[in-house]
Amino acid sequence: MLRQIEGSAAVAETVARCRPEVVCAYPISPQTHIVEGLSDLVRAGDLSPCEYMTVESEFAALSVCIGAAAAGARAYTATASQGLLYMAEALYNASGLGLPIVMTVANRALGSPINIWNDHSDSMSQRDCGWLQLYAEDNQEAADLHVQAFRIAEELSLPVMVCMDGFILTHAVERVDVPEAGPVDAFLPPFEPRQLLDPAEPMTIGAMVGPEAFAEVKYLAHAKQLQALDTIPAVAAEFEQSFGRSSGGLVRGYRLEDAETVVVALGSVLGTIEETIDAMREEEGMPIGALAIKTFRPFPMEAVRAALQGAKRVVVLEKALAVGRGGIVSADVRMALSGIELDGHTVIAGLGGRPITGASLRRLFGDAVAGRLGPLTFLDLNWELIEAELGRMGEGGRSGPHAENILREVGVVAGGSH
Amino acid sequence: MERHQRVRFYQVGSHVVGNRLLDPEQRTVQARMDRSNTLTCGHRACRGCGEALGARYVLDAAKRAADGKLIAANATGCLEVFSTPFPETSWQLPWIHSLFGNAPAVASGVAAALRAKGRDDIRVVGQGGDGGTVDIGFGCLSGMFERNDDVLFVCYDNEAYMNTGVQRSGATPPAARTANTKPIGEHLGNRFGQGKDLPRIAMAHGIPYVATATVAEPHDLERKVETAMAIHGARYLHVFVPCPLGWGSEAHDTIKLARLVKETGLFPVFEAVEGEVVGVSRIRRRTPVEEYLKLQRRYAHLFGDPGHPEIVARLQAGADRNIREFHLLDPAGEEVAW
Amino acid sequence: MADSGTFQVRIHGRGGQGAVTAAELLAIAAFDEDRHAQAFPSFGSERTGAPVVSFCRLSDRPIRTREPVAAPDALIVLDATLIHQVKLFEGLGPDGYLLLNSSRSLEELGLSDLLGRLRPGRILGIPAGEIARRHLGKPLPNAALLGGFAALTGQLGLPSVQAAIRERFPGTAGVANATAAAECFYTVRECVETPSHA
Repeated sequence: MLRQIEGSAAVAETVARCRPEVVCAYPISPQTHIVEGLSDLVRAGDLSPCEYMTVESEFAALSVCIGAAAAGARAYTATASQGLLYMAEALYNASGLGLPIVMTVANRALGSPINIWNDHSDSMSQRDCGWLQLYAEDNQEAADLHVQAFRIAEELSLPVMVCMDGFILTHAVERVDVPEAGPVDAFLPPFEPRQLLDPAEPMTIGAMVGPEAFAEVKYLAHAKQLQALDTIPAVAAEFEQSFGRSSGGLVRGYRLEDAETVVVALGSVLGTIEETIDAMREEEGMPIGALAIKTFRPFPMEAVRAALQGAKRVVVLEKALAVGRGGIVSADVRMALSGIELDGHTVIAGLGGRPITGASLRRLFGDAVAGRLGPLTFLDLNWELIEAELGRMGEGGRSGPHAENILREVGVVAGGSH
Repeated sequence: MERHQRVRFYQVGSHVVGNRLLDPEQRTVQARMDRSNTLTCGHRACRGCGEALGARYVLDAAKRAADGKLIAANATGCLEVFSTPFPETSWQLPWIHSLFGNAPAVASGVAAALRAKGRDDIRVVGQGGDGGTVDIGFGCLSGMFERNDDVLFVCYDNEAYMNTGVQRSGATPPAARTANTKPIGEHLGNRFGQGKDLPRIAMAHGIPYVATATVAEPHDLERKVETAMAIHGARYLHVFVPCPLGWGSEAHDTIKLARLVKETGLFPVFEAVEGEVVGVSRIRRRTPVEEYLKLQRRYAHLFGDPGHPEIVARLQAGADRNIREFHLLDPAGEEVAW
Repeated sequence: MADSGTFQVRIHGRGGQGAVTAAELLAIAAFDEDRHAQAFPSFGSERTGAPVVSFCRLSDRPIRTREPVAAPDALIVLDATLIHQVKLFEGLGPDGYLLLNSSRSLEELGLSDLLGRLRPGRILGIPAGEIARRHLGKPLPNAALLGGFAALTGQLGLPSVQAAIRERFPGTAGVANATAAAECFYTVRECVETPSHA
């Protein structure tokens, strides 16, 4: 049903339609409204049978899901940022055990310094933990991806992370067609586990595997993720048939047909990017397009290559940073374009929730087209501040903590707006 | 005053000792032909391993009480490692090992799944060593207690991180030698501290049932498992299990050490319901701690010439305090004859 | 930056005054009129009394951009004490609307310069807090101001604003807030020329 609804609420209702049997909740901004919404639905009897567990940490949350999924229950939890890190050990455990847990990650920056606003550093930090990673562009897609995620997870016996930008999507009230129970039930059959803790057929799950077999087990995990490259588009196609709208899949091109410059990005920033592209095409006739990466793990090498190979120049706009190296998504994109000659640019933007404005993007894309963009750019940095702080470091001796120094310069500490 | 000589027949109060001559109903589960061998033979535990013994006793009793329908979640540690050398397993029940610190949470998850599916006939046990319970699993254990999840959690306490090479844990007793608490420098062996009394911490959570036991008294241990299994909610069982390798004791002394730790008062054996002690297993023949300590090379630095009698005295004082606080001595007198 | 079909609103208040709810109510009212809307807060530190900003975009077409509203077509200010504390009026163009909760005149508030920059009939101070107090018993101006916004800008009709209010605040609170919104609407309409919204 079409509603004007907060992103978190849409996700909570959609997850409820997927009939999870065990939901674990540990609160962290900005995921809190999702787990609160699910609590209300369980208490009101709208989601039943479902055990809603309030746990004592994110590590516990995912561990409870692991036990529940191993016992054959459809299990769900949500987290962000520090919480995702706190369950890192369990992330690898869940994927290694092949448990089809679905988890929402309300993308938020990783500290230190502590920051509650949006960027992709949390999910990017766990890109290799063996979970599938899907990224939503808007709240409609965020809701839809959960339905697809349970289906994909259970078909492949792999856990799936649905990533949605914290605050920007979770706390935005916009139009969402929240899937109805009937169509979701038709799309998502009951969970039939491949392995199960069942006294009628006792199994040992989680034994140690030594050098003689470990490599094979890991290869099979990789092979299964590659299988997802077929499963994900198939499920997306079936979703479109059942629900009448396109969402999910591996990648989505926007005005790529004659694009000489292509901007690659994940998540909600694509909305602002597309508006900017439309304006540049209309006002300047600029042949510029965009490529949305919807599935980041497995990385859709072939689909990205196919979409970008005709371009002269690719600008990868990322909301995360590989400290000491540069771009994260760019590295995978570069790999996909192996052997193809074109100009590649990495732009790091939006870190810690800094807004990415249409005006900035317009200038940035203009610079790219005019050949003024270097290989690695940090968008909208306050270079004066940076220079001052670097200067302070260069003076020798103790310079103090960067974060506090910068906050003092910016006047935030005294300004009282925080 | 006339002194009564009371002949007390240990553990079952019968005139017969020895399982074969006992009334079948009085036999332990272990003595029965139909015991489930939940932890069956072929595992790779050391000779004389107290944990293997404890796990077998506990799970056979629990499985019997659950009518065969039991699921176990196991923390990383000796028990998990020696019981599941890939591609073999000694477990004859559905069993999952996830991580070191999350066994209580995994058990809670299994219990939640069963509840959602309406399978209240299937019961759940979580288990791990002292490291996984008292230290790294502590947060998850406390959460499980606070939620009163329907899980029986069992800690097999051999007082150190054994599987990684005998490093100290929060459960390591004072003065004990481990790989990182050697008798070098100011502190000889593990430091004297407050300890981390998990049974009392469990009681402080107000959960339905807490009990301690040792592998020296299978009747007592099994009875406590049965009592626990008749209750729904969070339950905690703390089982003292000697480790010959880690303690430097003889494999054939495992049961003896388990008996002595109780008889000295160093390990109070008791039961508690909703935070109140409701019963203790009294000391039969009070024993000085030295008799227990001398059998273990982890305490060897306390003896010899000149030894450290002052440290032994401190350990004795600890035992004496337990005896007082838990009323471990029979009020009728210290010496009890057969 | 917005395309020509999108109307951008920025709402300033203090924590606890309902700035975030106000933006959501605008979005819900727009939805009731079959328009697209996007509402979101600026996510500062949450505490009562701290400055809060929220945003709402209204459009006849799907809204894709996600950046904060830098160039608002309309500003709603719930708390006049913010005037000289935060950069309230940044980005407001010469054709912009401003609706300010205050019982003092704009000159008294030190906004004569602003009055000079903006079009007359588009900038207005209204004692929404007082109106709210009379209907609700509490000076919570957010719902009332939305009625004023509807009249000032013509972007939304009063019935949809009231429907959104009643949906959000059940029972007597909803009725009282809706009545306050109506009073504000008519008061504003009397004061200014209202462009018709086709």
